[in-house]
Amino acid sequence: MNRIAWITVIVLGLLAPFAVYPVLMMELLCFALFACAFNLLLGYSGLLSFGHAAFFGGAAYICGYAVTAWHLGPLQGILIGTAFAGGLGLVFGVLAIRRQGIYFAMITLALAQIIFFLCLKMPFTGGEDGLQGVPRGMLFGFIDLNKPLNMYYTVFAIFMICFWLIWRAVNSPFGQVLSAIRENEARAISLGYSVERIKLLAFVLSATLAGTAGATKSIVFQTASLTDVSWHTSGEVILMTLVGGMGTLLGPVVGAFTIVGLQHELSSIGSWVTVIIGLTFIVCVLVFRRGMVGELTRLWKRSF
Amino acid sequence: MGLPLDAVLAQAMLGLTQGAFYAVLSLGLAVIFGLLNIINFAHGALYMLGAFLALIGLNQLGGWIGAPDFQINFWAALVLAPLLVGLFGILIERTMLSRLYKFDHLYGLLLTFGVALVLQGFFTNYYNVNGTPYPGTPASLRGIVNLGFMYFPKYRLFALAASLVVCFITWYVIERTKLGAYLRAGTEKPELVQAFGINVPLMITLTYGFGVALAGLAGVLAAPIYSVGPLMGANVIITVFAVVVIGGMGSILGSILTGLALGMVEGITKVVYPPAANTVIFFVMVIILLVRPAGLFGREV
Repeated sequence: MNRIAWITVIVLGLLAPFAVYPVLMMELLCFALFACAFNLLLGYSGLLSFGHAAFFGGAAYICGYAVTAWHLGPLQGILIGTAFAGGLGLVFGVLAIRRQGIYFAMITLALAQIIFFLCLKMPFTGGEDGLQGVPRGMLFGFIDLNKPLNMYYTVFAIFMICFWLIWRAVNSPFGQVLSAIRENEARAISLGYSVERIKLLAFVLSATLAGTAGATKSIVFQTASLTDVSWHTSGEVILMTLVGGMGTLLGPVVGAFTIVGLQHELSSIGSWVTVIIGLTFIVCVLVFRRGMVGELTRLWKRSF
Repeated sequence: MGLPLDAVLAQAMLGLTQGAFYAVLSLGLAVIFGLLNIINFAHGALYMLGAFLALIGLNQLGGWIGAPDFQINFWAALVLAPLLVGLFGILIERTMLSRLYKFDHLYGLLLTFGVALVLQGFFTNYYNVNGTPYPGTPASLRGIVNLGFMYFPKYRLFALAASLVVCFITWYVIERTKLGAYLRAGTEKPELVQAFGINVPLMITLTYGFGVALAGLAGVLAAPIYSVGPLMGANVIITVFAVVVIGGMGSILGSILTGLALGMVEGITKVVYPPAANTVIFFVMVIILLVRPAGLFGREV
């Protein structure tokens, strides 16, 4: 991304709460960050995790619990949630990277299901109801996050920092090696890269940022719910990345906005939403594998 | 520990029935994976579809066609529902999956995930999420039977036996017949099999149809035990994935044995430490990944 693109994104982000309902905008940004973190893994490393909800939702629970029970500030809560997701990512990564391709997806899904059941059964998670009444609190002790604009700009700042981090990672030598592994793993090994460690690093980074997204969401919405850790959420983040364009920097953002927006528009039709999400999946996989940003980039390149 | 032995034994036997369903489902996944190289995420949804077809045939079909007394009974459903599910699978394979073979195998997983969501969402709209009991258990299979060491529900014994028979037939066809030899050869080198004049695309389509028909059959068998609900497939498929990771998909017999054994493990956990009953199979998976990453019967490195 060049300087003009960055400035455009920042200006749009700063003006957005005056055009869009801030709470919706914050939800969009949380899911956009989640999808960007996921894309780091699927789009840039070629690893399909079917368990990212565990990091997203797990961090939401930990953050929500930390600020409620230990009376920590929102930033500390988010950091603890993020750290938890990173640690969990390390455990999942070490286990799942032992198997390839399709097995990788199944293992991450099964491991995430353990976290789901823990969130359902543990004494501090509120069972079926989840955590409720998580306080937003004061950022740095003096910025009141109960004011919508304060909350929004905090979320936007978190999003931009993480987005920049992902951009840096993708455009670093590390990112280049990731692409090399995705394109031709055997060759990357023969060039002397310790492929497993690099994959693990990508996995942990992706899990950590997914955790930031989930923890932030729990502060914004003041809840952590079972939906956040369920396999539906793992599936949705895949769809967001796919719709927007995997392996593109802005694709997951566009995809998250599309899917979350769609769910808001369709919230009145009940579980037909699941059918529509499923159909979107099918259509994307069959005819739209590059995603929106991917297709646009291709058209752009073709016409010049 | 003061655990009553007969309680453990009873749960182990009940778990064995559940294990038989795991075996049939993971067998279907393994057969499909062998030839198509995709993991059929829709497997759970098609299991649910099988159960719903049995329920609809019994309760609603008569009303729909204007003959309220008309019913598809359990025995007929046991044949018809897997056939319909198989046909539905063939439709999915022909219209959608077959377009994806030249791309990354992960797209097959994502496509079938979409199919699963569509089916689940569809049934959620029309049926109780918590499940509807299937009232059509044949009179001859009601009641309990004395196994000598315990009393066991007759129907569960039947479901267990039927699953084992289906597993055995599948194993026999694949490992001991000429058709099975074509299938195994197709798994290894499809181009070569094609060169011998065997219609590989047709074989792939029929294999997918057969694999999902197994899921449909498991669904009908499960209907009288668990209530029929839109979420039954999603709940079981993730566990079956773990079963597949534990067993590895290289061996037909391995899939069957792993499924049965893990069903028993799950059953025993229900007495020994109930809170872990939902997750014990996932923990077994973790242990297996640590000590034998390729899976118990796996061939990949």
